[in-house]
Amino acid sequence: MPRLRISLTINGEPRETDVWGGESLLYALRERLDLPGSKNACEQGECGSCSVLLDGVLVCSCLVLAAQADSHEVTTVEGLGAADDLHRVQEAFVAAGAVQCGFCTPGLVVATADLLERVPAPSDDEIREALSGNLCRCTGYQKIFDAVRLAAGIDA
Amino acid sequence: MEVLTPRSLDDALRLKAELPAARFVQGGTDVLVELNFDRSRPAALINLNEVAELRGFLRENGALVLGSGLTYAELMQPELATALPALAEASRTVGSPQIRNRGTIGGNLGTASPAGDALPPLLVESAQVEIASVRGRRALPLAEFLVGPKRNALEPDELVVSIRISPSGSRQTFMKVGPRNAMVIAVCSLALSVDRERGELRAAFGSAGPVTGLVTAPLDEAERFPAAVAAAASPIDDVRGTAAYRRHALRVLTGRALERCLA
Repeated sequence: MPRLRISLTINGEPRETDVWGGESLLYALRERLDLPGSKNACEQGECGSCSVLLDGVLVCSCLVLAAQADSHEVTTVEGLGAADDLHRVQEAFVAAGAVQCGFCTPGLVVATADLLERVPAPSDDEIREALSGNLCRCTGYQKIFDAVRLAAGIDA
Repeated sequence: MEVLTPRSLDDALRLKAELPAARFVQGGTDVLVELNFDRSRPAALINLNEVAELRGFLRENGALVLGSGLTYAELMQPELATALPALAEASRTVGSPQIRNRGTIGGNLGTASPAGDALPPLLVESAQVEIASVRGRRALPLAEFLVGPKRNALEPDELVVSIRISPSGSRQTFMKVGPRNAMVIAVCSLALSVDRERGELRAAFGSAGPVTGLVTAPLDEAERFPAAVAAAASPIDDVRGTAAYRRHALRVLTGRALERCLA
């Protein structure tokens, strides 16, 4: 199978890997670059569990060719915080009980971090719009909204 | 599968002329779904992300020239949203933030789905599709560019470079029916404008015929217009809705859009 080599910056570090031409950035992150935080579910941009930042822009990594990320910058959920040094959005998700099975959580954390970067104190409508591409099948979203407000320092 | 990444429009067109079976990929929101589900396996992919000529927009003698690489998120920004309000409204209904950040207007034309959200507002505004190949350039009215469901008038060596519009400045709006506000492929959609300069009501419907269709009427026929739009559509029954529902919804949407634009 023909291979091509890509070089990119992931979470601030230069990385390189060989990829197949037709594979997604999500596949390269999970299977070749040892970054399984971004989750693979729908593979068609419906669920948001693979959300990452590409050059600072929120995207579904399942809909970006790995080859298109060559020479670009990617931030994954692993780049936001570590187990002993959580991002404030991750802390808020824990504190608010916004995690049940946890599968959608990485994508929601990345999308929420992106929202708060652009809109520090979002309204409920702005939260709803910003997270409309991230599906959670456990929580019913109430606790997720609580977590976003908590991370933003908004009194509910 | 090879991925070729040209750095200029000339290089992109040369590659497509050499490899007509190759597939262009810009935002990837349509192409990657096909690849991920193994629905297509093109001989090669030509990645347009590094072709600067396809990005952004410019003003030329009162016309707007939208680069085919313009994303829905960019179409929602104030300058373009002021000039092309229905297109901005349609862009806001596309997918999710993640999809709007990547999906492009050129991709909507390339895919040429009857449900393409950008197509009704472009048709109402008489958009011209500007096409290039190594053989030269040509332009087609959007109505001639869309030739069937998921079929357009592009030759194998051609690429949509830009979309040219002379904004009418008319009152206009876009509406879409679906099971929720986000992440919806239109059950049916409608763009409508009240063009007082031409003395015309203009409506274009999506997901209600093999291609996006345009219906026009004199300004004083507003009362009959909802029925006229519903009658002009040729919807089918499919997984998203029935033909009868689509026709009904178009009548309702046209009435509401007229109320909004005549107010």
